[in-house]
Amino acid sequence: MIQEKYRVLPGPEGFITPSAAMMGVVLPDSGYSLVEGDIVPEAQAVELIANKLINAKNAVICPGPLLMWQWAESAAAKAAAVKELAETCGAKILPMPDYRQKRINPAAEISPNHPNVTIMNNNFDVCVFAGMHSHHANMALRLIRGGTSCYTIALCDYAACEEAMVSLRDVDAGKIKTITRKVNDMKRNSGYLPSRG
Amino acid sequence: MSKKIFTPTKEFEELLPQDYKDLVNNGPYNAPKTIDDLGSFKEITEPHPHCAGCGVSLGIRLGLASLPSPEDTIIIGTPGCSYFALSQSALNYSCTAFGNQNSVASGLKRMLSIRYPQKNKDVVVMVGDGGVADIGLDYTLHSWFRGEKITTVMLDNEVYGNTGGQESGMSPKGKVLNMAPAGKKFNKIPVFEMAKTAGCRYAVKVTVASPKKLGAAIRRAVLIAREVGPTYVQVYTPCPTNLKFSPNQTIANAKDAEKNFYVYEEYMTEEAGACLSKIGELKEKV
Repeated sequence: MIQEKYRVLPGPEGFITPSAAMMGVVLPDSGYSLVEGDIVPEAQAVELIANKLINAKNAVICPGPLLMWQWAESAAAKAAAVKELAETCGAKILPMPDYRQKRINPAAEISPNHPNVTIMNNNFDVCVFAGMHSHHANMALRLIRGGTSCYTIALCDYAACEEAMVSLRDVDAGKIKTITRKVNDMKRNSGYLPSRG
Repeated sequence: MSKKIFTPTKEFEELLPQDYKDLVNNGPYNAPKTIDDLGSFKEITEPHPHCAGCGVSLGIRLGLASLPSPEDTIIIGTPGCSYFALSQSALNYSCTAFGNQNSVASGLKRMLSIRYPQKNKDVVVMVGDGGVADIGLDYTLHSWFRGEKITTVMLDNEVYGNTGGQESGMSPKGKVLNMAPAGKKFNKIPVFEMAKTAGCRYAVKVTVASPKKLGAAIRRAVLIAREVGPTYVQVYTPCPTNLKFSPNQTIANAKDAEKNFYVYEEYMTEEAGACLSKIGELKEKV
């Protein structure tokens, strides 16, 4: 029996969402990224992220604990880059300061344990995860894929996240700034911003 | 762990939800608090889904407020009522498979001692009576036999509360419960006495009706575990839902227990007493 290749697409995928890894999606090597389950060159994924952010009706960027807290020198630089990206593309920022299953205000933070509910509550159509530990991002992104039609993007410090529709790996402040530049370029090309020079 | 972990990045400081700002600015991390300060600082515990009048949630609140250095403490739990409040608390928490808590705590303590040789990292097991006295009794006893430097806190509500009211080893003999309609057939397991025999350097039996005693017991237990060896605190945390009393009678129930069948008792070895004297903890009368 020929099995169709599994695609990591916007949901709702259903109550028991299969894990992308179990369905055969593998993580990319350095210099490559994941787009909907396929391994593609990184530049292609950066362009798609910029495109999705600029065309979103209601985008949100969710910085996780690794960006919310000053635990390392790199955290501040990366946080600044993420904030600049959010401001450039007009995305809302909903933080996830930790993973406790406590009561949350969906207007002020994204629920770590029911992120799909926060996404639905705010009608977000594009969501970017950054600075989250992989074990939690995997679960949260799968919940969002299972229960909403939101397009998910993961900016991963390490080896990318197969549960997101688009995922970059080895993300540092520089790589986030590349996305911001791409967003600005797209704005210029579409006439939102004056052209350079 | 660095205290930087509680410092927000400048870029997102304003975006932190209010309860996090309160924890950063007025929490117990940088300036340790005691239960005497309750009400004047942002506590580690959050609103929880426990039943009204829950003794376990009160025990957890008092216990967490008494930790000598919460930022350097990891709580190890196991399934049961205690999980609900502990998993929402703002400190490191790990829930183990049922009964495995003292084995996990032993491993963590050893690992943390290697990773942070210059720093005290407190590992505190905080679980119900089912976790300690029934399903995890062998692991608990063995951690005491081995002399692991961990604190074990039993929140004793004398019943399996969140699964509908089955008898536990800590239910008193004759107790009729939802799922023990004929009454329990054997005595409460003497875990407190077993702790002393098994090598605990410090052991206390206390109820939630005596917050000062409870607070001092937890604090001393953690401090002794750092230096000397295993410690044990057994806290009576009555369950209005399963023991069938009104939620506003929890303290009265605990007071009654303290007078009759759960009398306060503190045991410490000479070594533990010397340790407390050395750090000036014995001056505090409770």
